[in-house]
Amino acid sequence: MRESTLWFWHIIAGAVILVFLGLHMAIMHLDDILALLGTGYANTVSAATVFARSQQTFFMVTYIVLLGAALYHGLYGCRTILFELNIGKGLQKLINWVFTLAGVGLFVYGTYVAIYLYKMKEVLP
Amino acid sequence: MSESHANAPQKVIFEVLRYIPGVDAKPRMQSYEVPAPKGLTVLDGLLWIKENLDPTLSWRSSCRMGVCGSCAMFINGLPRLACANQVAHLHSDKIIIKPLPNYAIIRDLVPDLEPFFAKHAAIKPFLIRKNIEELDNPTGEFFQSKEELVNYIQFAYCIKCGACLSACPTVATDDAYLGPQALAQAWRYIADARDEGAAEREEEIFSAHGAFRCHFAGACSEVCPKGVDPAFAIQLMKQFMFKKKLGGCKEQHGSELAPPVENWVPKKEYPKAPEHSL
Repeated sequence: MRESTLWFWHIIAGAVILVFLGLHMAIMHLDDILALLGTGYANTVSAATVFARSQQTFFMVTYIVLLGAALYHGLYGCRTILFELNIGKGLQKLINWVFTLAGVGLFVYGTYVAIYLYKMKEVLP
Repeated sequence: MSESHANAPQKVIFEVLRYIPGVDAKPRMQSYEVPAPKGLTVLDGLLWIKENLDPTLSWRSSCRMGVCGSCAMFINGLPRLACANQVAHLHSDKIIIKPLPNYAIIRDLVPDLEPFFAKHAAIKPFLIRKNIEELDNPTGEFFQSKEELVNYIQFAYCIKCGACLSACPTVATDDAYLGPQALAQAWRYIADARDEGAAEREEEIFSAHGAFRCHFAGACSEVCPKGVDPAFAIQLMKQFMFKKKLGGCKEQHGSELAPPVENWVPKKEYPKAPEHSL
């Protein structure tokens, strides 16, 4: 039943990505439309706006959730592709470990950056 | 042009993969010229070759009417039943025939279906009931409504020809993948209201080489000669598992015994069934 649990979370992560990546796309690429609605930023990709967003709790949380979902979804997908190459049990175990460590490592690092930016007081020039 | 010549059947070339272990180092193609009268099926053509040109040519076939599933072959680029495909309908004067892909070759057009049937057996393709006593000593029939029959009937049309596995891109890379046939049959029984064996089958069908390896290419459904949709069955099975994880699936309870038929009067126009001979 382990495989069905992994797959279940893969689907949940896909749904999370759909929502949060949609949000990301809207903010980054539909800025003109959002500005008309009075919700957009002046220049979405400037360092000052990126920094300003990072200091909001909502964005900090969404960054972390999106990072976790994207890492899990992507790494599970890569694992599936590799498992279909008729590899042995030993190699499957190694892939599981490497992907778990890589996923957890990248998630911890990304979360650290998101929290660090959130707590940073000094605004970039 | 004389009348006899005008009525002479058109000829087609049958290019057939030949491989005789111990004789051929590797598979090779061999061409045969076959007269193709109206209505000639690929299987008829092969039989004509065996009777008239080459008695060493081997393949499997039995019923000649698309029921037994023995004569599935790779014909002009698709897995098809040799008996159910007329040469004229292939719209080509060259018929290229190979054994089903994704299987080892035993000889010529005979694939080794051993792994196929092992996968089929692994999903326990029979009704599983908790009450073994009733199965061993049946006292009646398990009830099934017409609506419950619709839930699985199309998957019960599988004739086990093996065409779906030969078209599946996942089977092509992962030998251990259960494949569309076994998974569709697993769903056929899980969806059966009389069955109580979903939990017993889950370990196999949701393993690392089970339903989750399906990429929904849909090639299995495309080539099935009986119109079964195994890709759909696999998606239904994934949905079943997803709902179960969310706690939305009730535990399977097989249907009760159907009440005995009362006040039944045999119709006069129907002949009486013969007595049991065994």
